[in-house]
Amino acid sequence: MKHVITLNVNGDPYAIAVNPWQTLNEVLRENLNLTGVKLGCGEGDCGACTVIVDGRAVSSCLSLAVEMEGKKILTAEGLAPTGETLHPIQEAFIDKGAIQCGFCTCGMEMSALHLLTKNPSPTESEIRESIAGNLCRCTGYTKIVEAIGAAGEKMRESSERKSS
Amino acid sequence: MKRLSHFEYRVPKTVEEAIELLESGGPDARLMAGGTDLIMKMKLGAISPKFVISLKKISGLDAIAFSEKTGLTIGATALLADVATHPDILKHYPAVAEAARGTANVQVRNMGTVVGNLCNASPAADNAPTLLAMGATVHILGAGGKRDLPLDQFFQGPGRTALQGAEIVTAVSVPVPPPASGAAYLSLSARGKLDCTAVGAAAFVTMQNDVCGDLRLYIAACGPTPLRAPGAEEILRGKAPTDDLLEMAGRQACAEASPITDLRASADYRTKIIAVLASRAIKAAGKRALER
Repeated sequence: MKHVITLNVNGDPYAIAVNPWQTLNEVLRENLNLTGVKLGCGEGDCGACTVIVDGRAVSSCLSLAVEMEGKKILTAEGLAPTGETLHPIQEAFIDKGAIQCGFCTCGMEMSALHLLTKNPSPTESEIRESIAGNLCRCTGYTKIVEAIGAAGEKMRESSERKSS
Repeated sequence: MKRLSHFEYRVPKTVEEAIELLESGGPDARLMAGGTDLIMKMKLGAISPKFVISLKKISGLDAIAFSEKTGLTIGATALLADVATHPDILKHYPAVAEAARGTANVQVRNMGTVVGNLCNASPAADNAPTLLAMGATVHILGAGGKRDLPLDQFFQGPGRTALQGAEIVTAVSVPVPPPASGAAYLSLSARGKLDCTAVGAAAFVTMQNDVCGDLRLYIAACGPTPLRAPGAEEILRGKAPTDDLLEMAGRQACAEASPITDLRASADYRTKIIAVLASRAIKAAGKRALER
């Protein structure tokens, strides 16, 4: 039996009929064409499928879509909704050369957002812990760690500008 | 691409309703809290339940409560991430918070639960040894009513628990730590904390004037369930934990475990590491006890 779920994805409301066995990853990629959400291992180890659900970074490959009723979901597509101005995390990943093949990037950025939202000034070890569940086979992680630190600085500066 | 086999989804509003669904579904029904273990096992084809019963919409089941009189209670759907950062747990049960924080990765901690980790009954479950050492109790509700079981009697083997028929663990509780007591959990895995634990050791110690009073030591991932090492405890009980005695207790803990060789570590390596982690865990717990 299909279940109709209503949810918010990247600011837009949706009502979708889903089968219980469909994962959030399948629905985001196949029903909503949000292919920034990758599928790597499918077992919750690689982090390529990471999305933010109600403020928490989760593995979309291990989440059932049917459990997303009423939830607010953010994917990499939602970081720069107009497609014109990039999010500070995306800018920092480009500036620091933190992207090579790009397969892990969207998941990395969602984990980075989860960290920087809770902790705007993380230490290097906190950054490394935050992406411990995101595998990258190209970069050796150094550039990604630098990018997340730089994104934190950018986000702090812009929030200080807004508040002053 | 791994797709899930087809099943029906049930989402009860009360524990009683969940028990009824579990009873009517029989062996074809599976309970789901965070789903991080269940969905993975279903994807791997290890299990293919016809009914998945989600516990997430049962109100209050995710509660984490602490009182100076009754201690700590962690509800069945309380997330690992919330246990790892809860102020009362950090203050009164730091080893419980550390074990939760050391489980898997951020994403899994944002989905998975402490009670789910226990019910999955992996010998390597990171949350089991500390809770065992601290004398935790599981609260069980079934068609026949309520029962409380010491966590020490809960694990029966890999993936097997003392749950019978349509029973649900509603919470795990931990007594108030006595004065001058401390607990610690140490684990090793192939890479960081991410891989499944190859060897773990948790100790709970009370100290009286630099002498070990009450002492409980559990070894993880070196037997069919987390194992208690009573002989190692006896070596230190009533004695000052000198380096010599700690080393002796570590060696005794090896003799009391039954490690095997698997993809995570060889039996030889595990045997050597049990001694190291056991003595370090006792030392760390003792240090905490003296600081309290």
